[in-house]
Amino acid sequence: MSILMTLRIALKALNRNKLRTMLTMLGMIIGVGAVITMVALGKGAQTTIEEQVKAAGTNMITVMSGNFSQGGVRMGQGQSTRLRPEDAEALRAVPGVQYVAATTETRGQVIAGNQNWSTRVEGTDVDMPLIRSWPTRFGAFFTQQDVRAATKVAVLGSVVAETLYGPDEDPTGQMIRIRSQPFRVIGVMASKGQSGTGQDQDDIIFTPYTTVMKKLQGQQHINRIVVSAATADVQPVAEAIAAELRIRQQIYPGDPDTFMVRTLEEMAAVRSETARTMGTLLAAIAGVSLLVGGIGIMNIMLVSVTERTREIGLRMAIGARGKDVLLQFLVEAVVLSLFGGMIGIAFGFGLAEAAERFLQWPTTIPANAIAMAFGFAAATGVFFGFYPARKAASLDPIEALRFE
Amino acid sequence: MPILQVRDLVKTYHVGDHTVRALRGADMDVNAGEFVAITGPSGSGKSTLMHILGCLDRPTSGQYVLDGNDVSRMSKDELAVIRNRKIGFVFQGFNLLSRTSALDNVELPLLYNNTQKMKTAGRHKRAMEALESVGLSDRADHFPNQLSGGQQQRVAIARALVTQPTILLADEPTGNLDTRTSIEVMDIFQSLNKERGITILLITHETDIAEYGTRIVRFRDGKIQTDSPVVRRRDAKKELAALPPPEEDPPLPPGAEVTEAPVEHGGVV
Repeated sequence: MSILMTLRIALKALNRNKLRTMLTMLGMIIGVGAVITMVALGKGAQTTIEEQVKAAGTNMITVMSGNFSQGGVRMGQGQSTRLRPEDAEALRAVPGVQYVAATTETRGQVIAGNQNWSTRVEGTDVDMPLIRSWPTRFGAFFTQQDVRAATKVAVLGSVVAETLYGPDEDPTGQMIRIRSQPFRVIGVMASKGQSGTGQDQDDIIFTPYTTVMKKLQGQQHINRIVVSAATADVQPVAEAIAAELRIRQQIYPGDPDTFMVRTLEEMAAVRSETARTMGTLLAAIAGVSLLVGGIGIMNIMLVSVTERTREIGLRMAIGARGKDVLLQFLVEAVVLSLFGGMIGIAFGFGLAEAAERFLQWPTTIPANAIAMAFGFAAATGVFFGFYPARKAASLDPIEALRFE
Repeated sequence: MPILQVRDLVKTYHVGDHTVRALRGADMDVNAGEFVAITGPSGSGKSTLMHILGCLDRPTSGQYVLDGNDVSRMSKDELAVIRNRKIGFVFQGFNLLSRTSALDNVELPLLYNNTQKMKTAGRHKRAMEALESVGLSDRADHFPNQLSGGQQQRVAIARALVTQPTILLADEPTGNLDTRTSIEVMDIFQSLNKERGITILLITHETDIAEYGTRIVRFRDGKIQTDSPVVRRRDAKKELAALPPPEEDPPLPPGAEVTEAPVEHGGVV
């Protein structure tokens, strides 16, 4: 029997029991719909991370004091090495390094007029806007002079400016107080949005790192050094930085680093890994629903084989071979699962769209997801349809014809 | 050269602990154009013989040559092909597919014929011819539940004929029919046999039905008890003419359903 005829017979058989067919397909619809939605969400998250990394500049390198990857019991203060502004200056001489910004951070209550706000105060260097390609909206960033003199000037993040002065107000020249100390606002940064970690990058105030060290913290060290490499090939630069710092920190060969050099690529990789783990988890859920859908198909096919025992007997008597019967029921199961799969794909698209629109979750449906969902549906149909089909094919025609 | 040769056919079943010897050595030859009625009480082995002759089952020992092929040792798939090409089945319970038109039911065996790559139009033509030969060409679009029992059995006969088989195997074809319809069906068998020379094997336990054949083979305890030509053959056509005309119901409009006592098995599958 030709495959086309088999297909027609299968469609006819499924059409005969519409409600049952629909209910059976529901399992596949939900399963495939879940697969599509999960893939869309997972891919969407990954794409967002990649875009953020690209926007932040892939050539960024961060040096942090302390080494979290160092195991065992940590020694007292004497053991941990601190980064100093001189270390940052020394890195300017490392080949491949383009910009360097010594960075130290604190939190503080900010008061402007009758408004106040608690925010992050980042002491940094003049290179920071260059490293993060972050322009100012109003006014200008502080200068080398400000850094050298540790002047009390502040560049506000757009969220801080908006909170203190209202939207679209230019607060340049206004005085604010950070931790009760007066600072002059000299600029407002352009809005940058969320970072890859979900932090609001605009909820921040920039001042010279010297100002934070001397006026706000009263300490001699900095928290981290942000470096940008001249090329996108950051790994050799990161290694050169580590080598330079080992010399400066007087670490003996063989001893572990007392600092961490992280590239954005590494951080992105960690976050992508997290997204992938999430994706795997979601795929497992989708897989379970496909499994349930498949079992539903198997169940109905078994019922169908029993119900149609006499039909099978008759078909065999008039010349259907075992494989003809096998194919007939297998095609029926595959048609069930493929139809369910098709509706499921549409359903998944709808769900992804809804997630994007109502939950603001980024979604991306990769081109091969449809083919994949289709493949999964077909495979489920074949896998779960095979047992009932084989049961039908192995019936004895005499017994089948006698079946009441 | 007989069209069907059976030599020392033995079939033994094992049911639980005991052994059922359904056939204990049957020998039989059937020539082309014969109309053989096989009778016997239930349990005599005639059903088992029918299954083997119909290639639905294989004998435990012995030989069965159909149309020059020894089919007694063929594989299941080979038997399926033989059933498709050389054997036409007519069952007691008609076994028509429900919600499938008479024409599509008749066409069904052609779908399993892999060697003759027939186009849809070709299949339709063959099926229509078969329906015409049983006088039901005007019912081609009817579904089984719109046909009377006799008409359903005629559709089943058309289905058996559509592959132009070597033998027509009818297993209690009148078991579910009343007297008049039974004679009508026998009339079809007789004219197919006489006019087209189709070899017919009719299994029945009704002796009067057996007398429509040319030869009666009587089974008892798994063996052939008697095998003799019919002396006074009944002629279905004459009997029909002698019968009072049936209270013929007007031709059914399509879509109407026949309300008739349901046949055993429901008649359809």
